[in-house]
Amino acid sequence: MNTVRSHILIGMDAGTIMAGARAVQAELVQEIRKQGLSGEVAVLETGSLGMTGMGVVLVVYPEGLYYGNVTKEDVAELVEEQLLKGRLVKRLLLTQAPKRFIIKRERTGLMKEQPRVVLRNCGLIDPESIEEYIAEGGYEAASKAITKMTPDEVIAEVKNSTLAGRGGAAFPTGMKWEFAARAPGAEKFIICNADEGEPGTFKDRLILEGDPHKLLEGMILAGYAVGATQGFIYIRGEYALSIERTEKAIADARSFGILGSNIFDKAFAFDITVMKGAGAYVCGEETALIESIEGRRGHPRNKPPYPVVAGLWGKPTVVNNVETLANIADIVKNGANWFRHYGTTKCAGTKVYTILGHVATPGLIETEMGTTLRDIIFEYGGGISGGKQFKGALVGGAAGAFLGPDMLDVQMDFVNLKEYAAALGSGAILVMNEDTSMVDMLKSVLHFFKHESCGHCVPCRLGTTQLVEIIDRVAAGNGTQNDIDQLLKTAGVMKDTSFCPLGQSLYMPISSCLKYFRDEIVGG
Amino acid sequence: MIKATINKVEVEVPEGTNILEAARKANFSIPTLCQHPDLVPVGSCGLCVVEVEGFPALRRACVTKLEKGWKVSTNTARVRTARRQLVELILSDHKGECLVCIKNGQCELQAVARTVGIQDVTGLMKKNLKPIDTTSVAIVRDPNKCILCGRCVQVCSEIQTVNALTLDKRGSETTISTLFNEGLGNSACVNCGQCTVFCPVGALYEKSQTEEVWKALSDPNKHVVVQEAPAIRAQLGEEFGMEPGTIVSGRLHAALRRMKFDAVFDTNFSADLTILEEGTEVVGAIKEGKRLPVITSCSPGWIKFMETYYPHLREHVSTAKSPQQMFGTLAKTYYPELKNIPAQDIVSVSIMPCTAKKFEAQRPEMWTSGYQDVDYVLTTRELARMMREAGIDLKDMPDEPADDPLGEYTGAATIFGATGGVMEAALRSAYFLVTGRELDNLDILPVRGMEGVKEAEVPVDGLTLKVAVAHGLGNARKLMDKISSQLAETGKSEYHFVEVMACPGGCVGGGGQPWGSDMARRARRGEALYAEDKSLPKRRSHENASVGRLYENYLKQPNSQKAHHLLHTHYNKRSKVDGKVVEEKS
Repeated sequence: MNTVRSHILIGMDAGTIMAGARAVQAELVQEIRKQGLSGEVAVLETGSLGMTGMGVVLVVYPEGLYYGNVTKEDVAELVEEQLLKGRLVKRLLLTQAPKRFIIKRERTGLMKEQPRVVLRNCGLIDPESIEEYIAEGGYEAASKAITKMTPDEVIAEVKNSTLAGRGGAAFPTGMKWEFAARAPGAEKFIICNADEGEPGTFKDRLILEGDPHKLLEGMILAGYAVGATQGFIYIRGEYALSIERTEKAIADARSFGILGSNIFDKAFAFDITVMKGAGAYVCGEETALIESIEGRRGHPRNKPPYPVVAGLWGKPTVVNNVETLANIADIVKNGANWFRHYGTTKCAGTKVYTILGHVATPGLIETEMGTTLRDIIFEYGGGISGGKQFKGALVGGAAGAFLGPDMLDVQMDFVNLKEYAAALGSGAILVMNEDTSMVDMLKSVLHFFKHESCGHCVPCRLGTTQLVEIIDRVAAGNGTQNDIDQLLKTAGVMKDTSFCPLGQSLYMPISSCLKYFRDEIVGG
Repeated sequence: MIKATINKVEVEVPEGTNILEAARKANFSIPTLCQHPDLVPVGSCGLCVVEVEGFPALRRACVTKLEKGWKVSTNTARVRTARRQLVELILSDHKGECLVCIKNGQCELQAVARTVGIQDVTGLMKKNLKPIDTTSVAIVRDPNKCILCGRCVQVCSEIQTVNALTLDKRGSETTISTLFNEGLGNSACVNCGQCTVFCPVGALYEKSQTEEVWKALSDPNKHVVVQEAPAIRAQLGEEFGMEPGTIVSGRLHAALRRMKFDAVFDTNFSADLTILEEGTEVVGAIKEGKRLPVITSCSPGWIKFMETYYPHLREHVSTAKSPQQMFGTLAKTYYPELKNIPAQDIVSVSIMPCTAKKFEAQRPEMWTSGYQDVDYVLTTRELARMMREAGIDLKDMPDEPADDPLGEYTGAATIFGATGGVMEAALRSAYFLVTGRELDNLDILPVRGMEGVKEAEVPVDGLTLKVAVAHGLGNARKLMDKISSQLAETGKSEYHFVEVMACPGGCVGGGGQPWGSDMARRARRGEALYAEDKSLPKRRSHENASVGRLYENYLKQPNSQKAHHLLHTHYNKRSKVDGKVVEEKS
């Protein structure tokens, strides 16, 4: 039997596939065969390696060397130098790679360790292999819960973990489950909200592309805990690879008896269906999402009743974000105390961010709750690109908050940011350098909201229209002091009277932008 | 019951009551625009926001159920500011041509702007105007006035189940649209006009023919005759500040005469005639055991709905024309012969509670006289506008009878205007037609009232007639689905005779009636018709002497060949996509 001495992991996500990852993979296999290394070197697919905008990225183990922007034409050289002769291909080596990656037991010295809970398997295992997920301890939590725990014990564990919803609203997950479990009704549903639409956010996509079984396991646990037998994953339609991998994961889990009836030989049945979103931002709002699943226009519903009482088809329904559900398996397996070990006393666990904009290494990271914005940008994001100065960051997507330089040392977590009238939101961090026009930034945010308002309620439909008129005027240099006041006034009434969070949330980017960059906005 | 306080006033209301209703109970009125008593509240306008202690954001009173111990404030600085700003936003997207708007003075947006104290909307007027939809013969849609409250879509889909109107596009581009945006006239719209009644502003209204009627009235060469539907008499008074349900038949005849109509007749006459034609048809069908159940055909909204969604039931629908069209034919055949007036000089005008009657009058089948049998159809609202223009106040009019020979009527005709009325009138005469004896108790109560689908069993000489009545097309759909499946499964239905009216409440709730009809108001109008019925000396259609003379001198007998030629029609099959005829009756 041959012993494999090297593994090459190619990051296969939507971005790298577009950059030609599949062609590079095929070329690698062929070249390795040509060089007679087939028995010694294995080429494996995995999810995102965490970097975006760097073309095809791969990592060579056991050395843990990262190569980026690899093309088909580079493959012959890479195989000959790196694999045959053991020499680095320096022009492709990511020596400036940020301090972000350490895969489990290794430490390359190049990277800062990330406490990986949600992303533990991302960039390590083949996301299309249920065996690899199981080999990494996957479905142990589901097995433990279903065979040894009562549903109430599962809920108690999640409650004790103090896990809060990672979709942005930070509602305690255990409490949500408990409401749904206690709600009267024989039929209940679990919905995973994977309609990731917040600009700059793609963490859910990379979780789905990198480790879909982790999500399925979280949903199975949720179903067991609240007494649901059917789950839906509502994935935005543009996420073709996420849909493909999730559907394969569901099929594999069914064939392994992990989905379906009599799971783990117990009288517990649960199955999952993938639903595709059609691209409306508002369908990320849980009740609009439910309307969409039911086949109607994506308009939000009035709350209460909340979905935990009357959700999908009027039945008790838990709607959780992808990242939230991806935390569950480890919480159930390792216990609430283990989870609370991460993060701060007020806000436990880790947070997955997508960092983008004017940073040296945009991409996907996971850090503990409470990490400062400075660490996220300068340690994990590699600092500001092109040697420029930091000007500000838009945190949490378009519905998030602008933060200025004096916010760099603020601890980032749900609880703490509230005190600064900001929010983690979806976990997108858009970094802006000194050359950025904040008027253009705000204009872009307002245009986005106008475009994505569903049109149901007056304040949002017409408020966004009015805000866009004003910001266009300001951006054209024709703004008045009155315009600036009107921005806040209109956003204020939207916050007070909008039907759903979409219209309510616009106040935050406007007020925070004016808080840190008022002079610039007034100046047009 | 739960207790809470509203503006420090303690209220006690049943659990599940929303804040809006609870506040009204405590004598606080909260402004609303999208909310309507007959519709499920959707909370789109936001005007009804209130403060509830303990909640950071304002709450919508229409969709928030009051809970025990809540402290609600409906009038705080924050609430007032929010309401003003919302109305300003609505006005910024509204074509504010109030002075020339059809709704001027009766517009809910005007009222709300006044209520919340709007004083200045400088620079807040709608800029990009959209084309007005005039494709329908009955209803006009002006998207520039639309405030997207969604009432029209709700009534069209939830109450009428026609789904001709829908929300299209998103956000600031949202519009009310029709299938493929081809316009109401090229859709499955049945012209019931409920959307016009529910619209709070001037975005939906009838296609007016008042100018044409004025022109005819001032043409010395024309002989203009007019008929008024049974339901008109129960609500025209509302347009002149009278209580809903005031009967104005006599004043109406007087007013029309003063507007220079050459002959003032009454659709009630042809309603009695309809009973004889339709009743004979039903009795025949029962005797032969064929075509059962027979379904009424008076409501043109229902007829188009049936042609579109239930064409397989065509053979069950009575071939008798509606009273409007029977009258129209006689006004250009029997009447001119009798009076020696050339038929081509007759202009036939009808006053209807209905927008669908405009469509019915223009159907190609309705040219039996050789001319368009009914030239112009005016809604109750259009007539009121003409009367105001003519300087006539209904309140000042004396009671006058209608003209002969098409003016006499019985109580049976009057109740045509309320749901169940045609059924009741038909049963009164059918009993006579079958048994040769008169029914003693003329009040057939089970078919009256506002329940969506009503059923009754009436013993007639050993046979028990089973009848059903549906009003509102959503209810009609339920009943037709039931009948269709019975016919499909067993070849026969449990019913002998079925009445359907397109509008909730029947014609008193018609799409051409005064703005702001809700179910409570419709019910009061219906009760008024039953009161007139009770007060009349003759309450059976077959007792109408003028109708008797018509048969004697002209038609011979009900369902005679001549009667069939003049007073009966046929139905087509229509496309669900554009409402056009796809298959004529062979």
